Amino acid sequence: MKNSDAIGVVLKRHGNDGTRLMQILRETQEALGWLAPATLTVIAAGINWPRSRVESTAGFYSFFHTEPLGRYRVLWSDNITDRMLGNMDLMQAMCEKLWLEPGRVSADGLVSVDTTSCTGMCDQGPAILVNYRAITHMTMERINQMVELIHVQTPLAEWPAEWFKIEDNIRRADILLTNTMAPGEALRISFARGTATEVETSFSERSWHESMQASDIGASATLDEIKKSALRGRGGAGFTTGLKWEACHNAPGRTRYVVCNADEGEPGTFKDRVLLTRQPDLVLEGMTVAAFIIGASKGFVYLRGEYRYLLEPLNAVLAKRRKLGLLGENILGREGFNFDIEVHLGAGAYVCGEESALIESLEGKRGVPRNRPPYPVTNGFLNQPTVVNNVETFASAALIAAKGGDWYRSFGSARSTGTKILSVSGDCERPGIYEYPFGVTVRQVLEECGAHDTQAVQVSGPSGICLNRDEFDRRIAFGDVPTAGAFMIFGQQRDIFEVVRNFVHFFAHESCGFCTPCRVGTTLLKNLVDKIADGNGTRTDIDEIFHLNRLLQTTAHCGLGHTACNPLLYTLEKFRPAYERRLKLLKFVPAFDLDAALSQARQMTGRDDAGAHLEPQSEVAQ
Amino acid sequence: MSETNTFILDDQEIPFTPGQSVMQAALSAGVFIPHLCYHPEFRPHGSCKLCTVKINGRPATSCTTPAAHGMEVESNTPEILDKRRTLVQMLLVEGNHFCPSCEKSGFCKLQALGYELGVMTPRFNLLYPTRPVDASHPDVLLDFNRCILCELCIRASTEVDGKFVFALSGRGIKKHLVVNAESGRLADTNFSLADKAAQVCPVGVILPKRKGFAVPYGERHFDDAPISAHVDEFKPVMPGQEGRS
Repeated sequence: MKNSDAIGVVLKRHGNDGTRLMQILRETQEALGWLAPATLTVIAAGINWPRSRVESTAGFYSFFHTEPLGRYRVLWSDNITDRMLGNMDLMQAMCEKLWLEPGRVSADGLVSVDTTSCTGMCDQGPAILVNYRAITHMTMERINQMVELIHVQTPLAEWPAEWFKIEDNIRRADILLTNTMAPGEALRISFARGTATEVETSFSERSWHESMQASDIGASATLDEIKKSALRGRGGAGFTTGLKWEACHNAPGRTRYVVCNADEGEPGTFKDRVLLTRQPDLVLEGMTVAAFIIGASKGFVYLRGEYRYLLEPLNAVLAKRRKLGLLGENILGREGFNFDIEVHLGAGAYVCGEESALIESLEGKRGVPRNRPPYPVTNGFLNQPTVVNNVETFASAALIAAKGGDWYRSFGSARSTGTKILSVSGDCERPGIYEYPFGVTVRQVLEECGAHDTQAVQVSGPSGICLNRDEFDRRIAFGDVPTAGAFMIFGQQRDIFEVVRNFVHFFAHESCGFCTPCRVGTTLLKNLVDKIADGNGTRTDIDEIFHLNRLLQTTAHCGLGHTACNPLLYTLEKFRPAYERRLKLLKFVPAFDLDAALSQARQMTGRDDAGAHLEPQSEVAQ
Repeated sequence: MSETNTFILDDQEIPFTPGQSVMQAALSAGVFIPHLCYHPEFRPHGSCKLCTVKINGRPATSCTTPAAHGMEVESNTPEILDKRRTLVQMLLVEGNHFCPSCEKSGFCKLQALGYELGVMTPRFNLLYPTRPVDASHPDVLLDFNRCILCELCIRASTEVDGKFVFALSGRGIKKHLVVNAESGRLADTNFSLADKAAQVCPVGVILPKRKGFAVPYGERHFDDAPISAHVDEFKPVMPGQEGRS
């Protein structure tokens, strides 16, 4: 098949619709290997967009390549937990066996090896992606086999199946992960609610109820249960779900959308992956309940590109639900309730976890956060009212719809109701998934996962907070230690500075580049931290970190920039020696090593005597 | 104008018409707020962050925040001026800016703001990006070394010229301007020197060929007074007021 024919097939599948550009680009790339300039021209003509806009989108995402990167593209997950499991040595060994440098394509155009941001396999690392398919538990033995398979150009489909096995590692399950409700149960109960018994409405809620038609009583009563449950968003910000849904219902619009944020990009987080594997029906049912409440007819699951392997299983669950009458027209026989869900795959951009950037991406554009207000509940996907919630939020909402707000409130604490799923990784005996009622102490989690002699815990990923051993009695809750789910453990043997350095590099890599302070500031921070790592840091650099932090916190466009300095700030406060032992503690030290700068001259002149070196600097400790 | 539509900007009472941003109201009243991505003829963008002010104690971009009665806005405080200075320094190290050899010197808003805000050093290590120039077009040179990613050319080409000649590609510090051609060359687009997009670059990226250094030192645009004294040039063009002097 000619390239243009292959592109034509993809375009046709997506109805030449430009808002579907992300999927068009991904499927074209899967067919053709990369997105050549001529390919982008054909796609632009096909969707009737200016070519420059198509290139703009293609150039934004890490997983789209506009240059050839080999028939086999190996990406090593580069979270700190992968590093602690030795991924850098393994990657180096792999590169040597393949005769190439990281980030470069082999001379024969066969293979490239590089790093990528955390792929969400921290409990089973070191992890890689080969042509965007996840492989876990990398060892030297696997590398040896893999290099052979690449050399003889064995198709990925014929690689050992056990390499692609992803473990769920559920260590502690509570109401979400033990759910056995039949698909459709929460919907049936929601539909029935308010018809059998008279709905009690408080005065303050009356106006809302009065605006609804009689057939919407079930929806209104179910929203009351969601509000009563005091469920708060599980993606990190913790906005009250009931209020968000009510605002979206009340916003004027032609149509409404429900979006499930499964762009689980925060390094160290992998609970949405397990929820979508073990409880996909619960998540999709939660979305359908949301659609019932707000009056939406279309939903999207925005699945991160790293979880590409979940696309087919999720599509199968969607097909099953359509067959059961749980999606599609007149759901469960309810006249006029039409709703369907589609999986939209991301392409390697952490910032798309921010809800307005996610919506831009859904529309086929660069994942740049919008100016707010207006917020997505009034002006979301295609400028229509849109609810965006985390995977875990929808799963919890489905349970509430079925069992009621009072039942849900019996778990957790007064301000943080229900349970929270933690993704535990790092230095412990049993990394994996732990679901706890809110209010559990950090110490209890550490004990139950088998962590000993713990130095620090990074909660909620690089943008979250770093706790030292004096703080292990603090509780996982909105009022104390809030979290989107990551729980990375660092033993006494770990160098906290290296942890921070990994996080700072992550933010520089993932900044969308829209605003000046984050675009330039995250790179300046990266350079400062590398300078300290190289032993050329001074007190001035520490001051500069604080200065940049104040700038980013006040002027950056979105949460990524606001929190990019967090890893530095928390650890500078709590683990100061990790920094100070690397500082030269001189008033002024040049940013580079003067003597090393002469090495080229020495090489060219063939001299290496004392006269070809600078005087050793007198180390005056201050 | 109604008495009730005013806010306080650094102890000065600023009137506004409903719908105006804090920036537009300030500029209309003759008070300068530093900016690079804002342009009176285009919708606000909010990316350069130079116009950051504190509104009732909270930081916000004045170009994207609608003015509201009774707001208390801080702009000329040492803290905010320090942040703006740092932002200009960031832009200066991000690109390759060498004022003495730049055709836009004396006309450049980035340079003028550097003087305005007292930028005496680059402060940070220069990043020295590799940004080849595009001299393919018969009438226009593109020197990407000086691009500050304000997107004004993109907005002008899209909204006024209807040509989509410019767009952004890449992400983060690798973000860069691209043109609407498979070859990547400006000559292969329908760009023209008469386009609005050719007129709006605040720095020295989009340059007419065969014309440079035409104005002697001392007579260049910003030679007479700091950019803040040129505030009238940035007054908003309100609907129905296009003919205003």
